[in-house]
Amino acid sequence: MSSREQLLARTFVELADTLVADFDLIDFLHLLARRSAELLDASAAGIMLSDQRGGLTVMASSTEEARLLELFELQNDEGPCLDCFRVGAPVEREDPQAMRSTWPVFTERMEELGFTSAQAIPLRLRADSIGALNIFRTGQGPMAADDLQIAQALADVATIGLLQERAVTAEDHLAEQLQAAMNSRILLEQAKGVVAERTGLQMDDAFQAMREYARVRELRLAHVAQRLIDGSVDVPLLLPRPGPPAEPGTQG
Amino acid sequence: MARSPRVSEILASLSGGGGDRAVQPDRLCQECAAAVAVSGVALALMTADGPSGGIVAATDGAAKQMEELQFALGEGPCVDASRSGRPVLQPDILATAVGRWPAFGPGVLAAGIRAIFAFPLRVGAIRLGVLDLYRDTPGGLSAEELLDALAFADAATVVLLHLQHQADAGGAQPMLAGAFDDRAEVHQATGMITIQLNVSLANALVRLRAHAYATERPIGEIAADVVNRRLRFDHSDAGSSRQDPG
Repeated sequence: MSSREQLLARTFVELADTLVADFDLIDFLHLLARRSAELLDASAAGIMLSDQRGGLTVMASSTEEARLLELFELQNDEGPCLDCFRVGAPVEREDPQAMRSTWPVFTERMEELGFTSAQAIPLRLRADSIGALNIFRTGQGPMAADDLQIAQALADVATIGLLQERAVTAEDHLAEQLQAAMNSRILLEQAKGVVAERTGLQMDDAFQAMREYARVRELRLAHVAQRLIDGSVDVPLLLPRPGPPAEPGTQG
Repeated sequence: MARSPRVSEILASLSGGGGDRAVQPDRLCQECAAAVAVSGVALALMTADGPSGGIVAATDGAAKQMEELQFALGEGPCVDASRSGRPVLQPDILATAVGRWPAFGPGVLAAGIRAIFAFPLRVGAIRLGVLDLYRDTPGGLSAEELLDALAFADAATVVLLHLQHQADAGGAQPMLAGAFDDRAEVHQATGMITIQLNVSLANALVRLRAHAYATERPIGEIAADVVNRRLRFDHSDAGSSRQDPG
């Protein structure tokens, strides 16, 4: 097996483990986003879900950098994710020129952030699409056919994860599931803010500290977020060792 | 906000026409019942432990009874919706509810209720209440009706957030004009402000929205200033201070 095949096999084992253990959707989607970036040799990857109100919300990304989150959010107006969600099929363009003419605002911002191309793969459920896996690369042009296959497999696993918490038997239940997922994501953002303010960390680092705390103690990320907000986990406990407090004004 | 034009539209229609602000939740319920084609709608307050007994508005007697039963019995779709943070859609109470809610089920059936759609009014960890729709005949919501019900739930969230914190804000106007904005930075900023001011998350979100309203800037911009530490909230008269980018 090539090293990529090994990583692919390991990823699916890891994801399957997560699915049978005490399941945390947001944590699962973060793992999936990170592994997608690694497996597809991409600079970044993220998962967007339909919020059932006609918008797309970013649920997880390989890094939680604000600039990247903004690039996802921008796609509520234009971009490969929006098109992919609408047509239910993978969306990409053959070169940067074609990207610029299709999505001028999105492509400009994407290039400012140092990416050269973006692909979107649908999260499919029967006849519907419920979101998209977004890949950002520094290489030009379309993805190789086998990469695209892997990307679709990862997107399908994301859908399975979404349906995991409770079996989906009707469309109504999907709406319920998506709503709960959105709420978990908002909870996580609120907790990131609490941690960032208490520690002086940047959002991405605040998130990593929360993840690490949850991982080491085998707790669900959403559970840790809730306890940080209600004060039953003290924020400094998140930090591996006390460092010098960050000076205000040096961030961002 | 481009995100949810329908929510803005609903909020605009509620704050339009002037009149007594206390009628807003009533109007929201009435407009929701008309738009989604249900028999009645109720808006109730919830706490982390369950129904608080506060019925903010109800379009009719059966809607009111639905809420009172849940408060008295501590069970029902609205209780489940609030606890789990997900809508509970029950298109046929007769078929499903008696097994799931042994006391509540027969109670609502006796009140003539045949379908209930309960929407939690939550913003992450902020738990405000539920918007409950009922029908006197069985039948599910269409995809369009579900979408519209979700928009009304978002509008109701904004209304409740401000109603609950009007007292803290010194009776300030409920700032309903701004739409629901669920960008990541808005929630991150809410988390930061809750520490800066030592107030609840709900209160922090109200302060953030009030600042956007007062400065006539989009809430997303204010939130970005907070997250990037260009703006701090405090207990001064101004309520906040700009930070030296240092």
